Amino acid sequence: MSQLQSLTIDELVDEFDFLGDWESKCEYLIDLGFDLPEMPAEAKIEENRVHGCQSNVWLTADVREGDPPVIEIAADSDAMIVRGLIVVLLALYSGRTPREILQTDVGAVFERLGLDRHLSTARKNGLMSMVQRVRRLAEDAL
Amino acid sequence: MQSEYDVEAIRRDFPIFGRPLEHGGRLVYLDSGASAQKPRVVIDAERDCYESWYANAYRGVYQFGARVSEELERTRKAVQELIGAAEPEEVVFTSGTTMSINLVAQAWGRKFLHAGHEILVTEMEHHANLVPWQRLAHETGATLRFIPLTSDWRLDLDRLDDVLTDRTRIVAIAEMSNVLGTIHPVKELARRAHEVGAVISVDAAQTVPHHVVDVVRSEIDFLAFSGHKLYGPSGVGVLYGRRELLEGMDPFLCGGHMIERVYRDHATWADIPAKFEAGTLPIVQAIALRSAIEYVRGIGFSRIAAHERRLLEHTHRRLAEIPGLVIYGPAVEHKGSIVSFTVEKVAAEDLAVLLDLKGVFVRHGHHCTMPLHDLLGVPATVRASFGLYNTLEDVDALVEGIHYARRKLRLE
Repeated sequence: MSQLQSLTIDELVDEFDFLGDWESKCEYLIDLGFDLPEMPAEAKIEENRVHGCQSNVWLTADVREGDPPVIEIAADSDAMIVRGLIVVLLALYSGRTPREILQTDVGAVFERLGLDRHLSTARKNGLMSMVQRVRRLAEDAL
Repeated sequence: MQSEYDVEAIRRDFPIFGRPLEHGGRLVYLDSGASAQKPRVVIDAERDCYESWYANAYRGVYQFGARVSEELERTRKAVQELIGAAEPEEVVFTSGTTMSINLVAQAWGRKFLHAGHEILVTEMEHHANLVPWQRLAHETGATLRFIPLTSDWRLDLDRLDDVLTDRTRIVAIAEMSNVLGTIHPVKELARRAHEVGAVISVDAAQTVPHHVVDVVRSEIDFLAFSGHKLYGPSGVGVLYGRRELLEGMDPFLCGGHMIERVYRDHATWADIPAKFEAGTLPIVQAIALRSAIEYVRGIGFSRIAAHERRLLEHTHRRLAEIPGLVIYGPAVEHKGSIVSFTVEKVAAEDLAVLLDLKGVFVRHGHHCTMPLHDLLGVPATVRASFGLYNTLEDVDALVEGIHYARRKLRLE
């Protein structure tokens, strides 16, 4: 987890730039997915299910008190490519303040990563369901 | 006999197989169950109509209008011959199978179904042949019932009498499951349905491209299929209905060609099939559908079926060598050319994405059959479905692609 938490979006953008084609990016997403820690089984409950995804996705977010408070996110999926995308989302969102989360333009980031045109509409919808859930939690925590 | 089937020559009829993929490599198209590729004759027929004599149908007396109307009637006749209907007027053009089924559910069902009546379906129906009946049941107070299945995903006809009773008004079933590939004995179902006074509506979207369908011999009352799965254009489909039934039904959509006379406050309906063809038809698509029918019949259904059977047997044999792979559905002799499967520890979505990287196009997900996937106990499957242009090498590419996916997912 520590290695993942140290990944920044800029580092991911550099890595994806270097990889070039979709096949390499896809294989890298899978590698990222393998590094994502598994969510405990007790967290994989209906309440935490993100609907709108083609594969099973679970997501939890907790507010870590502090000044200012930040949001900690955990997520998991049975699809390894989705786990890789979750790593990207964590780099974007986890440990950020609610305000930072709400100011993040996730669409622009996926464009910078060159992922937008390779993700199917269904996959994008699933991804946006995760994003919506995080943003709602951020709004509640404001 | 089998050596006569020159699949490479057939592939040359389809322009799409002559083009390399974006990043090179050969197209391995294994999603014909969702939609089939188009032979040049179909593409040319559409272009010819647009370029040479396009006009709206059934309206203009000018030369183009007359030609379009005449061509549409030629397709109607071709469909009649394809499905063995008694007369061309029993062939209604629709936008596709989904619209055809909704037409029966609304125009027949709402008129003739009441509380106490039953609609008999199966749990393996495509949503397009389930949700319209669910809605009809809610609207009319009728009850939806399900034909019991055997452990190998066929209909349990020994228990059919439990659910097919004198309360049953309609049996609505896909002749072939779009996931399991199971082919059901519709002729026997039709006979049994008629014995209790019910009608039978057959979703033939998956069967019409693969084997001979004969509505008269099988005593089918309604039959729906789509042009795009039959190597024809998208946007056009067919509803066959027995004359007596179609004549007894109310219109589904109103407007345009479907009226006889419109007064200030009411209207009377045109004869069949116009009564069900409101608005402007998918004219060019319907005309080019004839080219698709002629193309497929030119190759011959018995030869297509034999070829696809060889593909299916090869697929079952080769997939058996992959650890943790489970095929859902009955044995090859009871199914058509569809293979849905899961691979242990491999999410369907990952597999479909990784196969795509190798140029192997399959579908993953619930394939519009959520209740069936609930029964299968899996959220999603990967489906390979075959058409008359697929080769044994396509199957081998699928197997190689699955091995590649397993390697990337650190399973081998």
